[in-house]
Amino acid sequence: MTSIVDRRKNKFNRYKDLRENPTELLEPLIKPVKEYDVEDRIRDIADEGTFKEFKFEFPETNPLEFEGYVDKKESLRSEVNSHDAIVAGTCKIDGYKAVLAIMNKKFMMASMGMELGETVCKAAEYAMAHRLPLIIFCASGGARMQEGIMSLMQMAKTSAVIEKFKEAGGLYISVLTHPTTGGVSASFATLGDITLAEPKALIGFAGPRVIEQTIGQKLPEGFQRAEFLEEHGFIDAIVRRDEMKSVLGRLLKLHCVKA
Amino acid sequence: MSAIEKVMIARDINRPKITDYIDNLFTDFFEQKGDFLGKEDGSIYGGIALFHGKPVTVLGHRKGRTAEENVACNFGMPGPEGYRKALRMMKQAEKFHRPIITFVDTPGAYPGLEAEMYGQAWAIADNLAKMSALKVPVITIVTGEGSSGGALGIAVANKVYMLENAIYSVLSPEGFASILWHDSTKRDEAAEVMKLTAQDLYDLNVIDGIIPEMDLYKAIDKHIVNALEDLADLSDEQLKQDRFEKFRFFDEEFLKNTAKTRMEVV
Repeated sequence: MTSIVDRRKNKFNRYKDLRENPTELLEPLIKPVKEYDVEDRIRDIADEGTFKEFKFEFPETNPLEFEGYVDKKESLRSEVNSHDAIVAGTCKIDGYKAVLAIMNKKFMMASMGMELGETVCKAAEYAMAHRLPLIIFCASGGARMQEGIMSLMQMAKTSAVIEKFKEAGGLYISVLTHPTTGGVSASFATLGDITLAEPKALIGFAGPRVIEQTIGQKLPEGFQRAEFLEEHGFIDAIVRRDEMKSVLGRLLKLHCVKA
Repeated sequence: MSAIEKVMIARDINRPKITDYIDNLFTDFFEQKGDFLGKEDGSIYGGIALFHGKPVTVLGHRKGRTAEENVACNFGMPGPEGYRKALRMMKQAEKFHRPIITFVDTPGAYPGLEAEMYGQAWAIADNLAKMSALKVPVITIVTGEGSSGGALGIAVANKVYMLENAIYSVLSPEGFASILWHDSTKRDEAAEVMKLTAQDLYDLNVIDGIIPEMDLYKAIDKHIVNALEDLADLSDEQLKQDRFEKFRFFDEEFLKNTAKTRMEVV
């Protein structure tokens, strides 16, 4: 059995090979053998042992009294090890303190309901109160349909809080990962002072199938992908996972040094 | 009346349109076009007008009555240029201290190729963020269909009202049924569970009032007059804070154990 250190080393060797063969660069990263989890993200981004998760006691929310919704959430909780589709806390990145939130698409496609929206707000408010930068790794299928209008209104709620945080001088870095769509894409995900995206991530308001049905034609290759959006001027930079930490570290440094 | 019947009334092609509301409630209307970034979007209609003799900015989704009109206004489905056009008008209203009145009636933001290419998600998010911080009174009336982020994109207001037969929802009942039950024909059932009627939204603390449709224009006029009076004593900062708190805490009943408590860092 290989140790964790060996496995990490192998991983970085794989990245190295990939750098030398740029044509093969993305596929293994987009479709890894094992899904890239929230835990993997924390391990790769936060300095070792520095991530401290916020603990909330959220009441069960089911505003439409939608059949099966609470059961579904309960069964998912034990499976994915989080209460809803987001994990937030504080950490250090290359020695710089930050608030870090990561959306978990294994939990109902990280759709946004009241609990998720509230967590985003609380993370931003914590960052504002402690004058820390806020980094959110976004991924979402959109609104949490089971929460109906209450889900839609989270778009306004999170956007209002993010705006307040930014007005107060806070740095908000949004990282768009595959996929970031619907109500999340049209609210806090696209409000970053700095907006990064992972290679090939699907990013858009309407889903590709809905668009194809509306316009009655097939969408071009690469449509709504990170590269497409970069070309159209909506992304600061596309950053690979193996470089994400160093880019975030540099951005935090650039904002910490007094001008 | 069942929820789906309300949906049908809300969508009725003969229901009053933004142009009717402007003609009947305002005077001296001057239409403003364009996002001033290279595009004009006919699905957002608005400009400057007088309301009871005082200048306001008025805007909203535009739907047509004929096929020709509907093509010109894209059936009330804005692209990013529509949201940017609306924001341009609203920021200008803020500069001249004009209250903003918006009328919502849309099946949703347009899910098209160009709309995505030019940043639909960015445009809507920008409106939500910037509207939340406006320093003038903002009043929204949902008059017909208020569907998805396409509706919310011009509806972050101090006071949000719905006409009694309007609907406001995260998605159309057809879309809801298709996503959750993989069967868009179950729209009647979807409309029932979605809580999309004015009464539902009032009970959920999402809107501030329901406007009766008997003597329609008089009723709307009265609501706008009262809302402006309510907000008249607030300073610029208070107007902004009032709107912020409305959207920040609208759902605190549901989150009551967590909404205002301090978080514990482990």
